[in-house]
Amino acid sequence: MKIHEYQGKEILRQFGVPTPRGIACFTVDEAVAAAQELGGAVWVVKAQIHAGGRGKGGGVKVAKSLDQVSEYAGQILGMQLVTHQTGAEGQKVRRLLIEEGAAIVKEYYVAMVVDRAKQRVVLMASSEGGMDIEEVAAHTPEKIHKIWIDPAAGLTDAESDQVSLKIGIPEAALAEARATLQGLYRAFVEKDAMLAEINPLVLTADQNIRALDAKFNFDSNALYRRPEVVAYRDLDEEDPAEVEASKFDLSYISLDGDIGCLVNGAGLAMATMDIIKLFGGSPANFLDVGGGATKEKVTEAFKLMLKNPKLKAILVNIFGGIMRCDVIAEGVVAAAREVHLSVPLVVRLEGTNVDLGKKILAESGLPIISGSDMADAAQKVVAAAKGK
Amino acid sequence: MAILIDKNTRVMTQGMTGKVGQFHTTNSKAYANGAECFVAGVTPGKAGQSFEGIPIYNSVKDAKEQTGATVSVIYVPPPYAAAAIDEAVEADLDLVICITEGIPVHDMLKTRYKMQGKRTVLIGPNCPGLITPDEIKIGIMPGHIHKKGRIGVVSRSGTLTYEAVGQLSALGLGQSSCVGIGGDPINGLKHIDVLRLFNDDPETDAVIMVGEIGGSDEEECARWIKGNMRKPVVGFIAGITAPPGKRMGHAGAIISGGQGGADDKLAVMEECGIHITRNPAEMGRVMRALIS
Repeated sequence: MKIHEYQGKEILRQFGVPTPRGIACFTVDEAVAAAQELGGAVWVVKAQIHAGGRGKGGGVKVAKSLDQVSEYAGQILGMQLVTHQTGAEGQKVRRLLIEEGAAIVKEYYVAMVVDRAKQRVVLMASSEGGMDIEEVAAHTPEKIHKIWIDPAAGLTDAESDQVSLKIGIPEAALAEARATLQGLYRAFVEKDAMLAEINPLVLTADQNIRALDAKFNFDSNALYRRPEVVAYRDLDEEDPAEVEASKFDLSYISLDGDIGCLVNGAGLAMATMDIIKLFGGSPANFLDVGGGATKEKVTEAFKLMLKNPKLKAILVNIFGGIMRCDVIAEGVVAAAREVHLSVPLVVRLEGTNVDLGKKILAESGLPIISGSDMADAAQKVVAAAKGK
Repeated sequence: MAILIDKNTRVMTQGMTGKVGQFHTTNSKAYANGAECFVAGVTPGKAGQSFEGIPIYNSVKDAKEQTGATVSVIYVPPPYAAAAIDEAVEADLDLVICITEGIPVHDMLKTRYKMQGKRTVLIGPNCPGLITPDEIKIGIMPGHIHKKGRIGVVSRSGTLTYEAVGQLSALGLGQSSCVGIGGDPINGLKHIDVLRLFNDDPETDAVIMVGEIGGSDEEECARWIKGNMRKPVVGFIAGITAPPGKRMGHAGAIISGGQGGADDKLAVMEECGIHITRNPAEMGRVMRALIS
């Protein structure tokens, strides 16, 4: 689960990480009032969306008067902000962060992620702040310094100072850098984060360290014990179909093709998308109904897929293990009747009670196309989507 | 003995009194030698009770001492599952298979840290378990699709493993052992560990390796295969069409920071001599062509 920059900074402050003062706003009037409250002569008007690359897309502007704050807030609020992470349609800006300006001398990059191979939290730091870190990793990997953190010891003072010096933080700012890195690590662990990134972390003219940005991604498996993180959830930033699916405990991801897929199991669901592509089609979604799908869940899954105006055909691919094929078949028949299915439906069943399942489909009187195996089903659904 | 488990393995179920634990213990007990293999259950506070004739103990330690079980399978709900693994490790079991899906990553990081230097081997979490056909099944896979034979199967996915097994069995190719290592980012045995076991197993002639997007375990395994594997390997990676940055059902199935894409994995695997297929319906046929 992702959150906004201003929410990330609230978390960072709780863990002692120095950040610029700032106020979140929803209107132009609020933005001007926030700038007045912050005082000073320079403010940064920052679009709050979950995607990165906001600056390049025109979503971050430096204002040198209250009139400019008003002007920029007016421009940014409500705009469709397009970045490399939003896709071509962009994301509508509904919130702003008004922040005090900072006299930046140097920019750094720091982040924490879970290293799967080493099974440790890894701190990554670089002198190349403000850049796209994937670019740095691709072209100058020697500029990224890593520390794998021992969970018993935490990030030690010595480790923190060592990495700070490597990325060029001056001695005078080491103590504040330590507060930043150790605070970031505690926030990462205590809030069940999967990613925490400060890009850029800056050195100011008066030798202070400040987190100018904050990006978090949290482990959705741990949200049950992090209600304070769940409270930050902004449904406007999420795909409505995915939000709807999560209500029914369905794992759904929208894609840009025209063949809907309903599958049990994440790996088989991905493989089903892949085989559709292999035979020249294009999947409209990833959809895993899980091991314990009921008639109700299958019906909701059909409704979700049918909301997609691009949908031309549906492929149901089930390998029944715990889930019996007859139960799925009944679900498919009931769902197809209830939603008045308007596109061709191809069903491939295999596994537990497969013969009974196939019988139920055949006797339903519905125009269901049967696939004998995965390849046959994929070829049939691709042909059906093309109107053949 | 195929790998990891056989008919002489003695198993305890942690979380046997829950609905899921009961359902799968019943099915596992009914498969092949299951009635002799499943000897204990563990649920704190329920010692003295039994389920289908299987005695329940308060702790893993008690169950091990009383029954001689050295393997456990875990169906404990996610908030408590990592602690259940810890208990099994503390009791010095040989093997722990954690079926539970949805364990917080930070819990698993702590558990794996505590496992350093311990002898216990972990499979999973978020996995279907493992099976040595016609001998013993520990987990949630449908037993009847398997057939005893000489092909090893290792996979991060549940139903996609069944797909591979179903294809093999339909072609008359039986399996030595099938291991689901799970779809979580922080887990126990990885592809490379299972491939090592299959390489040394006299009852395995060839291996199907099923991977998916996320992480770099498949690449690491492929490089090991190139230098060490004496048996042919067929490989498939799910998620060629998966968009970056999206978690595809499994917690570990995500392309992040430009890493973990299916095409990159397949390229490394092919380069290392693995017989890859991009068609998930062809895993069995590619294997048959190789070994016949």
